Amino acid sequence: MKALMFGWEFPPHILGGLGTASYGLTKGMSLQSDMQITFCIPKPWGDEDQSFLKIIGMNNVPIVWKDANYDYVQSRLSEVGMKAEDYFKFRDHIYADFSYRHVNDLGCIEFSGRYPDNLMEEINNYSIVAGVVARTEEYDIIHAHDWLTYPAGIHAKNVSGKPLVLHVHATDYDRSRGKVNPQVYAIEKDGMDHADHIMTVSELTRRTVIDKYYQDPAKVTTVHNAVTPLSPDILAIPDKKGVKDKVITFLGRITMQKGPEYFVEAAAKVLQRSKHVRFVMAGSGDMMDQMIRLVASRNISDRFHFTGFMRGKQVYEVLKASDVYVMPSVSEPFGISPLEAMQCGVPSIISKQSGCAEILYYAVKVDYWDIDALADSMYSIITYPALHEFLKTEGKKEVDNIKWEYAGQKVRRIYDMVLANRK
Amino acid sequence: MKTICFYFQIHQPFRLKRYRFFDIGNDHYYYDDFQNEEIIHRIAEQSYLPANRMILEMIKNSGGKFKVAYSISGVALEQMEIYTPEVIDSFKELAASGNVEFLAETYAHSLSSLGDPDEFKHQVKKQEEKIKTLFGVKPKVFRNTELIYSDEISELVYEMGYHGMLTEGAKHILGWKSPNYMYSSCVEPKLSLLLKNDLFSEDLSDRFSDYSWNEYPLTADKFISWIASTPESEQIINLFMNYEVFGTLHSASTGIFDFFKALPRFAAEKNIGFSLPSEIFTLMKPVDMISVPYPMSWVDEERDTSSWLGNILQQEAFRKICEMGERVRMCEPRRIRQDWYYLQSSDHFYYMNTKHPGKDNFSPYDNPYEAFINYMNVLADFSLRVNAQFPENLEDEELNPLITQIKNQGEEIENLQKELDKYKRKAEKLEKTTKAEPSVKPKAVKSEEAKPVKAPAKKSSK
Repeated sequence: MKALMFGWEFPPHILGGLGTASYGLTKGMSLQSDMQITFCIPKPWGDEDQSFLKIIGMNNVPIVWKDANYDYVQSRLSEVGMKAEDYFKFRDHIYADFSYRHVNDLGCIEFSGRYPDNLMEEINNYSIVAGVVARTEEYDIIHAHDWLTYPAGIHAKNVSGKPLVLHVHATDYDRSRGKVNPQVYAIEKDGMDHADHIMTVSELTRRTVIDKYYQDPAKVTTVHNAVTPLSPDILAIPDKKGVKDKVITFLGRITMQKGPEYFVEAAAKVLQRSKHVRFVMAGSGDMMDQMIRLVASRNISDRFHFTGFMRGKQVYEVLKASDVYVMPSVSEPFGISPLEAMQCGVPSIISKQSGCAEILYYAVKVDYWDIDALADSMYSIITYPALHEFLKTEGKKEVDNIKWEYAGQKVRRIYDMVLANRK
Repeated sequence: MKTICFYFQIHQPFRLKRYRFFDIGNDHYYYDDFQNEEIIHRIAEQSYLPANRMILEMIKNSGGKFKVAYSISGVALEQMEIYTPEVIDSFKELAASGNVEFLAETYAHSLSSLGDPDEFKHQVKKQEEKIKTLFGVKPKVFRNTELIYSDEISELVYEMGYHGMLTEGAKHILGWKSPNYMYSSCVEPKLSLLLKNDLFSEDLSDRFSDYSWNEYPLTADKFISWIASTPESEQIINLFMNYEVFGTLHSASTGIFDFFKALPRFAAEKNIGFSLPSEIFTLMKPVDMISVPYPMSWVDEERDTSSWLGNILQQEAFRKICEMGERVRMCEPRRIRQDWYYLQSSDHFYYMNTKHPGKDNFSPYDNPYEAFINYMNVLADFSLRVNAQFPENLEDEELNPLITQIKNQGEEIENLQKELDKYKRKAEKLEKTTKAEPSVKPKAVKSEEAKPVKAPAKKSSK
């Protein structure tokens, strides 16, 4: 079984949960002996782990024929981990004249690999390149991760006639608290209409896909995310907490979707009663300034700390120094970070409106808007040692059993089903 | 002749309202009145009242041959007094028939037998008083909360003067033995035990309305014939269950009431009688002893106490109240005493269990953590109130002698006062006599008395 996957992020250079999930899922699927995965991303950095799959950088796939010298191509592409042979193979499959497009000396389009302001243009470019890839590669099924790659998936499906499977990591309803961007919605809806099957990361997202995007329930299946076991060097990170106070942490993008203001309000309530507690808001986002102002107006700035964006190991350093992890997301398709916190032995409080609440039992669940309940749970975990200990040990046990391998098997069963239905 | 011993448990806890940590120290009322009232009303309508009517009718129709035993927890009785006094009245009516026995238990349906022996005895006393005042009888037979039993508990029960106790007939304890005999405790051989017949009891309590059961539908005819077909020497069939079997666990439409009404007729045909536990204890002798080193109960497949004290949340909460017990019992205010009972109900711990993820466990909470958080917040406020009664930094061991000292001092002062009065009266008498017949003697006595008092005072001033 060969799968052609379209994605936007791949570790170690990631911007959000999408990259982590893509990595975990492909790694989990690679445990199946007959599974071959080709993963396309806009811009690889060369340090991606290619031991279990093949990565294609879309910025190295030519769409305009250029007369390039083998050695030159070799020297250019080796640093990003691509073979020159592949370049020439792609060059043989250019399907239209894109010379009016802005391309570099190899005939490739440059990608930022991020979420820039001209995102729509990048998405379009990505799907143009996907046309070349789809004509070159051999595969049985197309698997597109998130809306950015849906157009590429449709394109590949049209070119090859292979079935398309969408993986919905989030919908615009989650990102915008209901006020969807019509352009994004159109892309999402178009992708779903063309898909042969849709996978969602939670039952919550599945409902959204069925209710808001009018999809046939039989076509939509939930494949819950999982977590990658922590490596020994991460487990060995010491608790660097320099204060004796208890630390309660919010970790994630500071955006509307994540509900940071509920965290601040609850913090203010806890601080009214308990003095020996500090709050950390780790991450960055468009609501950060607003949050800093809110913290100041609640007069709790001395106990409330903003860390800015956290990357790689820093995330685990913050988690290890925490006593409670809080994710008050208004709408979270899945939310891997509480699982990571639980791996580090940190009790988690999550909103009932997050997808991971569906599979976690040893985590405290509250409604995101219920500030009283949120404050109460925070206070209880830092005040009653038994609760902390219980959630710590049982939570770790639970989360250690949520494996990508199982998620990968579920995806595989869906592949098999989709292919069987075709015949 | 075989005999069936029916026993029903009746209990309703005072469920707690949502109590946030910022209420600690501010709000001292802990109960969800609306919910408690709604539930007891509903269950009284569905179960208690129709079942009581039915049992009374059965007693009358059988000419006094039909008999049942109840244990109604003190907190349930309190709720009935507040919300559904008609249920109390109907129990009084049943009590008057003479064919009903009330058993002793812990007042709060608490787990105190597992962690606080003093509290346990105290609550049993309190429960005895409650039954006595309401129904005019003193319980003669004991049964513990949810049939919890162990060798240690049997000692406590025997110490309180009971010679009979009901408990579970757990398979891991009985092994090949049959529950249909009377047993005794291995540590207190004079304490006889009646063990629940799991199979027959659960045919009624669990399986009666189960469509997928291969014996469905169960008829009175069939049920009695099963009982009759037990070996000849097995004389006692103990059917112990929750009273909510009638109407709530199996709704009236399943035919549970009619099934029950038909039992005495078929039992009479097969020459099977009905007995009260106290009658069995006086008539029969134990055949063997059983040893129960670890506590057992009638709950879940394991038949142990893990439903209440299985995880560390439950253990922590229970440890907290056990630690408090001694201090609370020294408190005088009635509201503290009352809250103390209500907070000890085993239900609060049951709501915290994590044995059956996703099942509702009759819990008013969404999940076990909420149950724990809420309970601990309430307990935090309660312990503030208790500590406000006494200086907090005093250890219980120090406090106890101090309180007894204060008590003793009070008594001492009283005694001294009495003595003083006595002497005053004597003095008055003497004065009267001296007036009539002046003499030197009394004066001398007075000065002698005064001297020893003055002397030490002088010493101390030096």
